[in-house]
Amino acid sequence: MPKILKISGLEKTYSSGNKQLTVLQDISFDVEKGQTFSIVGPSGSGKTTLLGLCAGLDEPNSGTVELCGKDLNELNQDQRAQLRNKEVGFIFQNFQLLPTLTALENVSVPLELQGAKNAVATSKALLEKVGLGKRYDHYPSQLSGGEQQRVALARAFANAPSILFADEPTGNLDEETGEKVIQLLFELNKEAGTTLVIITHDLDLANRTQQILRLKGGHILTNERTEVL
Amino acid sequence: MNHTTKWLFKMAWRDAKASSVRLLLFMASIILGIAAVVSIQLFSANLKDNIQLQSKALMGADFIIDTKQEPTERAQVIIDSLQPNASEINFVSMIAFPKNGGTKLVKVRGLEGGFPFYGKIDTQPTSASVDYQASGGALVDATLMLQFDVKPGDSIKIGALTLPIAGALKAIPGSTAISTSVAPPIVIPKRFIEQTGLLQFGSRKEYQFFYKTSDTLNLTQFEKAIQPMLEEEKADLDTHTSTSRRLGKRYNNVGKFLNLAAFIALLLGCVGIASSVHIYIKEKLRAIAVLKCMGASRRQSFYIFLIQIAGIGIVGGLIGALIGVGLQTLFPYLLQEFLPFKVEISISVQPLLIGVFLGLFMSVLFALLPLLRTWYVSPLEVLRVDEQASEEPLKVRLMVYAAILIFLLLFSFWLLNDMVYALGFVAATLVTFAVLAGIAILSVKAIRRYFPKRWGFTARQSLLNLFRPNNQTVVLVVAIGLGTFLISTLYFTKDILLAKTEIDKGAESANIIILDVQTEQREALEKSIIARGLPIVDNIPIVTMRMHKMKDRLVNDIRQDSTREIRGWTLNHEFRATYRNALIDSEEIIEGEWVPSIQKGGPIIISLSDNLAEDTKLTVGDEVTFNVKGVLMETTVGSIRQVDWGQLQPNFTVLFPKGVLEQAPQFSVVSTTVKDEASSAALQRHLVAEFPNVSIIDLRQVYTLVEDILDKVSWVINFMAFFSIVTGIIVLIGSVRTSKYQRIKESVLLRTLGAKNTQILKISAFEYLFLGLLGSLVGILLALISSLCLALLVFKEPFVPSLIPFLVFLPGITLLVMGIGLSNIQTVLRSSPLEVLRREG
Repeated sequence: MPKILKISGLEKTYSSGNKQLTVLQDISFDVEKGQTFSIVGPSGSGKTTLLGLCAGLDEPNSGTVELCGKDLNELNQDQRAQLRNKEVGFIFQNFQLLPTLTALENVSVPLELQGAKNAVATSKALLEKVGLGKRYDHYPSQLSGGEQQRVALARAFANAPSILFADEPTGNLDEETGEKVIQLLFELNKEAGTTLVIITHDLDLANRTQQILRLKGGHILTNERTEVL
Repeated sequence: MNHTTKWLFKMAWRDAKASSVRLLLFMASIILGIAAVVSIQLFSANLKDNIQLQSKALMGADFIIDTKQEPTERAQVIIDSLQPNASEINFVSMIAFPKNGGTKLVKVRGLEGGFPFYGKIDTQPTSASVDYQASGGALVDATLMLQFDVKPGDSIKIGALTLPIAGALKAIPGSTAISTSVAPPIVIPKRFIEQTGLLQFGSRKEYQFFYKTSDTLNLTQFEKAIQPMLEEEKADLDTHTSTSRRLGKRYNNVGKFLNLAAFIALLLGCVGIASSVHIYIKEKLRAIAVLKCMGASRRQSFYIFLIQIAGIGIVGGLIGALIGVGLQTLFPYLLQEFLPFKVEISISVQPLLIGVFLGLFMSVLFALLPLLRTWYVSPLEVLRVDEQASEEPLKVRLMVYAAILIFLLLFSFWLLNDMVYALGFVAATLVTFAVLAGIAILSVKAIRRYFPKRWGFTARQSLLNLFRPNNQTVVLVVAIGLGTFLISTLYFTKDILLAKTEIDKGAESANIIILDVQTEQREALEKSIIARGLPIVDNIPIVTMRMHKMKDRLVNDIRQDSTREIRGWTLNHEFRATYRNALIDSEEIIEGEWVPSIQKGGPIIISLSDNLAEDTKLTVGDEVTFNVKGVLMETTVGSIRQVDWGQLQPNFTVLFPKGVLEQAPQFSVVSTTVKDEASSAALQRHLVAEFPNVSIIDLRQVYTLVEDILDKVSWVINFMAFFSIVTGIIVLIGSVRTSKYQRIKESVLLRTLGAKNTQILKISAFEYLFLGLLGSLVGILLALISSLCLALLVFKEPFVPSLIPFLVFLPGITLLVMGIGLSNIQTVLRSSPLEVLRREG
């Protein structure tokens, strides 16, 4: 299978005063196109940093990230933004909807950034799909947590991304709502044939993906197919 | 408009629509700032015009052409081509009062046309000033009438002509200055001059032609063009601008003060806008990181908010300008009771354009620094808060600071028309800003270091708020401090300018001036005054002289030189000089050194007034020979004095040191003070009877236009100071109000955790008390320093600081800041925590 994400020799350190803090060291793995992939590990293991580097939100100190065939080290900030707009979708733990935009406008933004002509129609269809067909004009503050995360799901799939990064997608939701959101996420993913990279504490959720990468103290502990687990 | 641009505008609009409440608060700062700038600027301009109009009343015309002889053919062509609106022939002559046989040397003025065009001839009865032309009567100096006990209806004999007295002349434009050469004026219709038979060949007379021009004529340039031509024809041009110089320092200072007020209004606007835009953009950073995550470029995220801020700036600027113009239109109605004069309000499109321009520039410029964050904010901030990650490079920040400074400098230059002042004002603002920010940072560090751990919960929470992440300490201390600094500076400056009036009025100043007292009469006259229980305020010796030689050139030769730059009047003028060993209040040496006395046989070092030095092109070190009653006296110019001609006391163009003129033929000017009209009349009658040759000026009775204008100037200074202070306080309220959203979340969380309303109130109260106290105290202390600099360098007046800023502004502003801080959290106290958290996101 072709690789959509290739990580090689990744290292990330932060400096705090005179001290250097290494968050990730010698990280290498690949994600296949269409695969569902999870990154698990305890708090402080470097999961979120890894996600940021994979999606081109941050730059590594050494090593390379190849996303959708492009070496991110060779792209500047705006080129990386353009790549994200075309190929990447995001779901965050705390939803990260734009508070000043309605549900429909939030979903439309990635399409509008691409200059898509059918932005509103596509966004409406997506909101229908996630069960929010009657909440187009609601602002995030007028929606419940589960509803906000469903809007975020619709937004993540709006630009038909090749790869979708989900950072603790159920972290802020109760079990029942979380399960509904995960089901929806997998359904939409299957339908669109998107590669899915999930960061989670939840091993049950991780077990529903095809591959699990386990991190600890900035190192890879294991990187195995779920069938093995 | 391409797709991306359309989308940027759409996003800007969407965000604005949803943030309407916060935007309105932000826009309120712009509106207030612009309204302040526009209204102060407009009112200043209108008042300036108004006072200028009043100053025209000193001369009665925009400009005058005068000549000491019948105009030459060429001079007449120039005079006629400029189309005079009125004319006058005047000469000094003896007149007689047939009623009692009294005679007196007076200045007879034959007037024709509608002079004066500004101001009025003040007569008793009032109608006489208009009727005398038609009825063919004379207007006789009021003091003279009192001295000779004549009344309207009595006759006056001027040469061969006898005219009825139409009224007592109290004041007429063009003769208000206190001059030692004043002869009491008599005004008659010009058509009668011929019949006096006094205007014969060889007699000394003056022809004056009065002009009224449009406001658009640049009189300084006009003077430069016309004056040389007239000089060749032995004529002279005087403009009202040169006359208004006689109004002295206070008049000149009012312009500077109004400029200062406008500059301060601009800064207040900047404070309001800068503090609110800073907080507004800070709240948007997370949303920008999300946009970047979704693929928005740096430029796109930057433009969305730039468009929004620019839009708000334009709309706010327009509304602010409309309010400013509206206030301006309302002023005459609102202030009808208090305005000492009628203010003509002129409204044009210009202030609206200035308002929009300022709104746009000030918003964008002050938003630039927080807006740049949108450029540098990392999309990673969506995942974790990393304050440092979004910091813009120092170089970029410095560039924005430089742009702000350049804008301030250019705007100040536009206002003040003086690069040195503009640089000084901007530098002072910069220093104030730096000191305030520095003190805020140091205070926070000190509190952190010596934190009172044993204090109660609420007090500790308040202090913690000062240095917690997302704190508003520096922004608010700078905003409050700068606001207080500006209004206190205005208050102190107002005092500096007005203190002079108090001194003038408070001191025992002379109000009766007796001219032409001969040396042999002096002692007797003084005794006579003292015998009536009145003081001798001044006794000034006067020696008359003419210039004989200037810088080795005979004055006669200079007169013949058509290329000379020296003003003609100085060549023919009979100077009335005095001698003393000290300078007086109205004098200040601006060049050279004042020599108080001369040793016998030593060189004679004199001092010239600045206007004489300018007109004669003489400077320190130049030699001048005077003809003192036939004796040639060689002198050297030792110093140039700036003379405040506005002060009501005899001032001199030529001043000798002691030890030179004591033995020269001389007469004196004696002055005294009388309490009321009755004692003035009694003294005058007594003196005229005893010393018939003297002339008396009663300053109490003479309508002093100068004093009147200066009173108005004082009113304007007071009014503009208080108006600007009120505006400043409103802007300050706006700035503190924008901090509303900073503490809401913390307060809600505390309330959720069980904090009582009183505890939350106390936490906020202490925090704002500290911010208000620190900001206002530092602001007032800095204002003290800046006012001292203004007093010494700009206004050149002594500075005695008032206690009002300390007693009123300091507690007032602190309480105000505390009050606004408390009102800011009212939403938290009134609603349920969940409701607030949802609403505030």
